[in-house]
Amino acid sequence: MKPAPFAYERPRDVASALAAMAGDGVVKVMAGGQSLGPMLNLRLVAPDTIVDITGLAELKHVEVAGEELVIGACVTHADIEDGRIPDVTRGAMQRVASAIAYRAVRNRGTIGGSLSHADPSADWVSTFAALCATLSLRSAKGARLVAMKDFMLGALESVLQPGEMLEAVRVPVMSPSARWGYVKSCRKTGEFAHAIGAVLIDPEAGRARVVIGAVEAAPIIVDNAEELFGGRITNDFKSRFDARVADTLLSKAGMSDAADRHIHVTILRRAVAEAAA
Amino acid sequence: MRNERDISPAAPASKQGVGARVPRKEDDRLMRGRGQFVGDIRLAGLQDVAFVRSPLAHARIRAIHIPERYRDVVFTSADLVGIKPIRAITGLAGFKPSDQPILATDKIRQVGELVAMCVAPTRAEAEDIAASVTLDLEELPAVYDMLKAREPGSPLVHEHWGDNVFLESFFELDITQALDAPIKVTREISTARQCMSPLEGRGVIATFDHRLDQLTLYTGSQMPHIVRNGLSDCLEMDQGQIRIVSPDVGGGFGHKGILLPEEVCLSWLTMKRGFPVRWIEDRREHLVASSNCREHHYKITVYADRDGTLRGIDCEATVDSGAYSSYPFSACLEAAQVVSILPGPYQMPAYRCRTYSVATNKCPILPYRGVARTGVCFALELMLDLVAAEAGLEPGNVRLRNLVRPEQMPFDNITKKHFDSGDYPEALRRAVAQIDIDGIRARQRKGEDDGRLIGVGLSIYCEQAAHGTSVYSGWGIPMVPGHEQATARLTPDGGLELKVGVHSHGQGLETTLSQVAFEMLGVDVAKIRVVHGDTAMTPYSTGTWGSRCMVMAGGAVATACHELGERAKKIGAKLLQVDEANVVLVDGEIRGPNGSVTLKEIAHTWYRRPQDLPGDVDPGGLEATSGYKPQRDSGTFSYAAHAVTVAVDPDLGDVEILDYVIVEDGGVLVNPMIVDGQIYGGLAQGIGTALYEEMPFDRAGQPLNTTLADYLLPGPTEVPMPWLDHMETPSPYTKFGVKGIGEGGAIAPPAAIGNAVNDALRGLGVEMLQSPITPRRVLEGILAARDAKRTAA
Repeated sequence: MKPAPFAYERPRDVASALAAMAGDGVVKVMAGGQSLGPMLNLRLVAPDTIVDITGLAELKHVEVAGEELVIGACVTHADIEDGRIPDVTRGAMQRVASAIAYRAVRNRGTIGGSLSHADPSADWVSTFAALCATLSLRSAKGARLVAMKDFMLGALESVLQPGEMLEAVRVPVMSPSARWGYVKSCRKTGEFAHAIGAVLIDPEAGRARVVIGAVEAAPIIVDNAEELFGGRITNDFKSRFDARVADTLLSKAGMSDAADRHIHVTILRRAVAEAAA
Repeated sequence: MRNERDISPAAPASKQGVGARVPRKEDDRLMRGRGQFVGDIRLAGLQDVAFVRSPLAHARIRAIHIPERYRDVVFTSADLVGIKPIRAITGLAGFKPSDQPILATDKIRQVGELVAMCVAPTRAEAEDIAASVTLDLEELPAVYDMLKAREPGSPLVHEHWGDNVFLESFFELDITQALDAPIKVTREISTARQCMSPLEGRGVIATFDHRLDQLTLYTGSQMPHIVRNGLSDCLEMDQGQIRIVSPDVGGGFGHKGILLPEEVCLSWLTMKRGFPVRWIEDRREHLVASSNCREHHYKITVYADRDGTLRGIDCEATVDSGAYSSYPFSACLEAAQVVSILPGPYQMPAYRCRTYSVATNKCPILPYRGVARTGVCFALELMLDLVAAEAGLEPGNVRLRNLVRPEQMPFDNITKKHFDSGDYPEALRRAVAQIDIDGIRARQRKGEDDGRLIGVGLSIYCEQAAHGTSVYSGWGIPMVPGHEQATARLTPDGGLELKVGVHSHGQGLETTLSQVAFEMLGVDVAKIRVVHGDTAMTPYSTGTWGSRCMVMAGGAVATACHELGERAKKIGAKLLQVDEANVVLVDGEIRGPNGSVTLKEIAHTWYRRPQDLPGDVDPGGLEATSGYKPQRDSGTFSYAAHAVTVAVDPDLGDVEILDYVIVEDGGVLVNPMIVDGQIYGGLAQGIGTALYEEMPFDRAGQPLNTTLADYLLPGPTEVPMPWLDHMETPSPYTKFGVKGIGEGGAIAPPAAIGNAVNDALRGLGVEMLQSPITPRRVLEGILAARDAKRTAA
């Protein structure tokens, strides 16, 4: 289990990283390497060049800009877990971060690396979808913004183009009346999730956003989730949650196995209950 | 969870001898990262090997294409002229032997089978070369299911056999007497294929010394002397030309108890190329290629009276042995053992069992910690709970009715296993009391606030260990243990060296064997060195397996130390100028009527000042090698009762262990602290079998859980701290009354946890009869039961 030969570049800044990424051959960006490392060793990927951006200070920058928290792509899970970045989600991101894999993974793994890898079972792809985050992407040609809900196309597939990297995640400040719930099902501590339920429910605004993750594809995002709560979002949303609607939703999304649907619906119901608690 | 337990040491008979909780001597280096494993060894000019392994389970090799530039660094079976395949026969009637090629010849019989060997300055370069070799294979239908493999018309793993059965074993006594029993429960029960997963995988370094005309093989092995036997056979070399060194070993559990084709390959390669070569097993190779364990299937019927008295057991069991018979334990030990141990610690008047060791296109299975007992215990103990449910009795009471009682000891059971000593019912009673079954029943009636279902489960087993000549000669495999030997040598400064042919792969033998020597000679444990893991420096032994070291090597060390003490007495008596009959050895000194002389002084005089000795001193010296067998070598029988409380989440199928109790009896314990550690480790592996570990195969014979992201092992958060209680019934046959105990922790957990889950699910009409009990299996069972209820309504 040793990687096939590759060239290794460690650029000094984002501009030179983008230049290196524009080179010939297959280029992979490394930002923590917690998934890419094993994939290289198993020879599931064999890039010509690795561009390692993990150490770039520009990508560790964090700031609150207006109603958004802008988090550099190379901020680690542990940075978030340990409260080293401002909290605009009333602890939601901190709790998610603290349950990602193991501490050793959290020390090195980054939010940008995780999102770019686009593993359906990973926590951030579901979390940021539920939090209505926006991603800043940058290439040598320029920058663009993509909503998290539009970023992931499928398992290990995103809208990132060759030569393009994820630069930052922009998370809206959570409204004081919003309620957050996040539950995942793992067979053991640190294992990848088999089901994720993430909900952001604002009864005052009458809005709810529901994400069903770890579905072996991009997470299922329900932007206006009134149908899951009997047609409207009110303070009694927990008791209004309709598991049959969720089950139908999953069937329509192609989840044919009844036990799979049962697990996902259960996890979603528990996420809703957590939000109501 | 009761995580706090009193770990204050029991008052030992002596502060360092048998019974003392002496901290492990070896931990000083191991815990500081200063251990030396195969992977730590550096030799000048060392090159790395990577193997081209078969991607298919069953195929004919049409051609192996090696790029021209790599011709001289890639080797195939065509290069291994004169090297013989690995052949592990048995003396059991009807056994069909298999030849395990060192590198595949014409046919491939498992995914991961070695096809070509590539050597390069680094492993990464060797893997690059391996990736450049292409195989032209004609795929054959795979034998992927042991039950289908027994059916006529199945594809054949070894065509010339005519079927896929290595061996059929059979036992019957009076089964017709049981057939009219009022309770008859029949089920199919199975345990999944597993990987043994020691922290350190296999690793081999081979080098040849022309001055000594000797091949040295560094290999993480449980049994260096047996590796030498096998290597000598395959390479057709004199044993004196082969030295096996097994340095620190990071866990074995059976995985390091076989001769590997890789060991033969690297031995050949270093002699061919003249430089040292290394292969370190990676985790993928471990999961896919070298050996698996545990895959059993039982079709079992238990007959009983309404009061729970066992009337008889009728069983047909199948073991998936994989493609080849591994050296030295063979493909049949496991299934043949099922026949002889299925009756467990119980008495019964009738028994019938037929087992099949079946060849499939999977890697060979090896005896893993507990060997067949984990599967047997799972099958039998699950069945006893079903009998109890049928009879409307508490499962503990059904067991108490049938367990062999202390006043019957020693007891020959229905298959003529000779249980040496113990109080099985007392162990069960203590476990039942500690887990508080009455309290759990009350809690079950009340229900849980979180909607989970509580269940309690028991299991009990007895375990034959330290099997001797009389047992193994019957198997007729390439290895039969005889007298275990040890050497004890006083050094000129009064220190003691012990040399043993067994090897520690984590058991703490450097400490426990020193404790035995302290008990015999009174030499401070800190002044004792245990030399092991090197065929050039130790007496012959079949090695470390079958929970045998404390009984066999401990007995041998005691015997050698006794002999050494007798010799020291002879010298000491001369120095004290008294008759030998008037001296005794106490606390490390020879005492006579009017004075004493220490072993240290005796050693100094013997080696450094021989001029102080009279001319007629006994010439035997201060180095003694002795052999040892227990008075009766049919094995010791340790035993344990496990009790567990679980909570099952009926919406996800998750199982959480809430409380775990172990009451065990390993005879006299040389170091109870080390035994505690072995039981904790065994429990972790047992929980792995019960809830997590599984190597599934698809219809093409492809192993599916090929990384640790898929093959789940329990971690620290999945293993509770058990409540542990030791009983100590001495074995009447062994030195100090010790019994083998090292494997036991891994035997009972799947059965106890399975019973607890079934207890929790009984109200839903769901039974889990297959390990591991995954959330998916539990949930599918619950959903199916719900659907059936709905259909019936």
